[in-house]
Amino acid sequence: MRIQVLYFASAREAAGVGAEAIDVPEGARVGALRALLGGRHPRLAAAWPTTRFAVGERFAADDDPLETGAVVALIPPVSGG
Amino acid sequence: MIALTEAPIDDAALRRAVETPAAGAVVVFHGTVREQTRDRRVLFLEYEAYPAMALAQLRRLADEVRAAHGLTGLACVHRLGRLELGEAAVVLAVSSPHRQAALDAVGDFIARLKRDVPIWKKEHFEGGAVWVGTPSDPQGERGGPTSP
Repeated sequence: MRIQVLYFASAREAAGVGAEAIDVPEGARVGALRALLGGRHPRLAAAWPTTRFAVGERFAADDDPLETGAVVALIPPVSGG
Repeated sequence: MIALTEAPIDDAALRRAVETPAAGAVVVFHGTVREQTRDRRVLFLEYEAYPAMALAQLRRLADEVRAAHGLTGLACVHRLGRLELGEAAVVLAVSSPHRQAALDAVGDFIARLKRDVPIWKKEHFEGGAVWVGTPSDPQGERGGPTSP
């Protein structure tokens, strides 16, 4: 199934792209996507300990499910204010 | 009023947005770009957001902080794009029947904003630039204009 992945700030610079469509296996969860993206963009994997994921504009855990068309965002350490 | 903007923030509009006869206190907080971050001399900052989620998170925070502190009003605008020294990156206005709730709500809201709202700042200093709080940030500081 195809999902949309958004990269921001340091994650965008590490991935070299702001957004991309990714095919993941049916029933894949956030953790599986994390592993897949780490292989695709090795520089991202170095920041995994501090990178959060969001699905549908809400923070998500590794065991949260993904659905076709889901919008997933990589959220490096935030620094607003 | 909850918004993101690339233009200078109209703090008077935020103040007006929280004014109500029920309020006995109005607090307007400005988080500004300071020149020195530890021993790094900052030239300017660049803010980026995941706009849809940043707005959704700010609205959730606003609802929670309003309820938790019994506020009569809360308005917040965050700047995006390039900011020069001294400019306000965020302005938060709150009103409450008595002052303590408004003062506490400001600290609570800003702390949560800095933890859970997808907005990032890139610090441009003499000799380089870094996304604040990332592993590549040599100072390792999570703060910035509004940190203690």
